[in-house]
Amino acid sequence: MGINFRKETFRDDFTFKNSPEQVRRFPFPFNEDAYMYAVNIEPHVPGPKNSVFEHLIDVDEHYVSEMQDRAMVLAEDPLRCQSLPHMTLAGWDLLELLMVEKAKSYPEHFELTREGDRWRWVNRPLGIDDTFTFGDVSTLPYGPMEYITRQSQGDFAVLDQRDGNLWMDAGMVTTQADWSLDFDIGMNFFEWHAPVPLAHEKGIFTRALKFLTNIQQGQPARRLNWTMTINPRLDTSPENFHKWGTDRLTVTPENVGNKVHLRVELQSFWRLPRSNALVFPIRCYLIKMDELVAQPKWARRFHRVLRDLPDELADYKGLTRYRPTVVEWLSKYDDGAPTSPGFSPD
Amino acid sequence: MSAGTTKLNVTVTDVVAVNELVKRFHFERTDGEYLPTFSGGAHVVVEMRDNDRTRLNPYSLMSSPLNTRDYTISVRRDDSGRGGSLFMHNHVKRGMEMVISYPVNLFSLDLRAKKHLMIAGGIGITPFLAQTAQLAASSGSFELHYTCRTEALGSYTEALRERYGNRVHLYYDDRNERIPLDRLFATQPLGTHIYVCGPEGMIRWVRDTAAQHGWPNEMVHYEHFAAPQPGKPFDVTLALSKKEIRVGEDQSLLEAMEAAGIDPPYLCRGGVCGQCETNVISHDGTFKHNDHWLSKEEHCSGKKIMPCVSRFEGRSLVLER
Ligand code: HEM
Ligand code: FES
Repeated sequence: MGINFRKETFRDDFTFKNSPEQVRRFPFPFNEDAYMYAVNIEPHVPGPKNSVFEHLIDVDEHYVSEMQDRAMVLAEDPLRCQSLPHMTLAGWDLLELLMVEKAKSYPEHFELTREGDRWRWVNRPLGIDDTFTFGDVSTLPYGPMEYITRQSQGDFAVLDQRDGNLWMDAGMVTTQADWSLDFDIGMNFFEWHAPVPLAHEKGIFTRALKFLTNIQQGQPARRLNWTMTINPRLDTSPENFHKWGTDRLTVTPENVGNKVHLRVELQSFWRLPRSNALVFPIRCYLIKMDELVAQPKWARRFHRVLRDLPDELADYKGLTRYRPTVVEWLSKYDDGAPTSPGFSPD
Repeated sequence: MSAGTTKLNVTVTDVVAVNELVKRFHFERTDGEYLPTFSGGAHVVVEMRDNDRTRLNPYSLMSSPLNTRDYTISVRRDDSGRGGSLFMHNHVKRGMEMVISYPVNLFSLDLRAKKHLMIAGGIGITPFLAQTAQLAASSGSFELHYTCRTEALGSYTEALRERYGNRVHLYYDDRNERIPLDRLFATQPLGTHIYVCGPEGMIRWVRDTAAQHGWPNEMVHYEHFAAPQPGKPFDVTLALSKKEIRVGEDQSLLEAMEAAGIDPPYLCRGGVCGQCETNVISHDGTFKHNDHWLSKEEHCSGKKIMPCVSRFEGRSLVLER
């Protein structure tokens, strides 16, 4: 029992890869052979065993290495974690949510004991055993949001809700697909979504916001989003564009299988009880093309999706340069056979 | 997805007469677990099974958000209303099992505020009881101005005075005391937010006065449950579900749809959250719009209705439901 945490890197020598079990549980995001933006939101309820939806907060084999990568990013750039003064209560809410869910889902790795506001938190994979007073910032080494998100995979945007809008007033963002917390901090839902093409005109954001501001405690929701990344790099931030931007020029027909990754974000939405804020965890899953094509249905479908993707979306996602090379490579795995509906492999 | 439908099974652990008009109800979870944490200003929707009909009424939680062993609400008896408050007063007894919704907050504190200026009228005090408890625990700055009809009908005035001393200001109608809004609004420190909960006329007075003093809208918060108004019965055709229903005189359109086995989305059941917004396909008659969600233009357009509070008089109404 228990997860076998891999030792690997997401930079320099890029030793990241997925075990065969991890490939099988990959959240493949396409339920048909084409892709367009939509209000693809569904209730976040526990899913099948051995899927990333089995537990509402997923912990996987990359956990320990991802947390080491986050610590490195924060050491170089502390502004990746910010919380405006009125968001401290939401930070405590988030700490409670993540501790409770992890301890419930993975008792062999995490343990939470609560006696009134005296809490003891044991995180075995990271070797942490801390006792603190819930609500008292001085009893933790960091603020509550930073403390718990240094121990949680994925990025976190914490949104204050007021005036019928959501405001990005806190967050921990080190594994992002080319957007910046430091730039977006204090912005509202429409402002931080401004760069996205086509979706505004389709009325997606007005409808999504109505839904989000009405999300209730105990009824989280989720959606999947995707892009692509060259080399298994978690930190593809605008701040570090100089380090990864040129990677896009290095794709050749020979190295697609190992270098090109589909990057899927499992995004969920939760109402926080004390602060009435909303938390938006963005969990990032990477899969190499070599790993992806091991599932014939995924290979056929991803070939078709990428080939037919509208140019505006390809440009926005930054795929334009290497898309032809990858489509060509994937075409070898697409015999034109029909694919079955739904996400799962055949 | 129908929002607001996550339910809690609770047992009534106490019923206390606060005064002639108001009773307080205490609920604990029937399975003995803690209730969900909530934030000050939240309400729950209480299900009342009254013979063969179900009423669903929202009530603000007044207990401290720091205590989730039990939830408490206060209900003012409304002899001319549709009977929800009468059911609570006459039929709900200690030991009874009931169903309530998860807490929903449509009146939350703006935690950026340097100071919270609270204005309550009558039973509108209930959300402030929870909010003041929350703020007091986190050393937040607040001031409460609370107006009641008479001393005998003032609920929780003594408890509030005892807890918060001169941060609480009381006014009694029968002594001709009135909240000095002009002076208050002219003398607040920068970064103050205004909150008001009470009768419709009071909310209007506070919002208008604040606007005259140049307060921006986003610093004036109000809780406004329009209680569904009783009215004449009317018939509705539900086009999508292919049903004809009759809305009884002390029933809301939303309740009538639910009774017909349809499960439309809702949250507040008070015309403020927007969840139940329904398109009108055709109509011949007049709408009685009672909501605070649709714009004036939408009210006039005859294209939308909020079934939790609004009604119709006339020959025919066809809805997209
Ligand atoms: C409150 C929760 C949310 C947060 C914090 C959030 C944040 C973001 C951010 C920071 C971006 C990148 C924008 C940029 O280029 O700078 C983005 C992109 C996007 N968001 Fe959201 N978002 C949220 C909810 C949603 C919802 C509910 C939807 C739609 C149903 C949505 C749809 C999109 C789409 C379509 C993109 C473009 C993504 C791509 O093509 O890769 N977002 N979001
Ligand atoms: S249920 Fe909230 S407006 Fe009708």
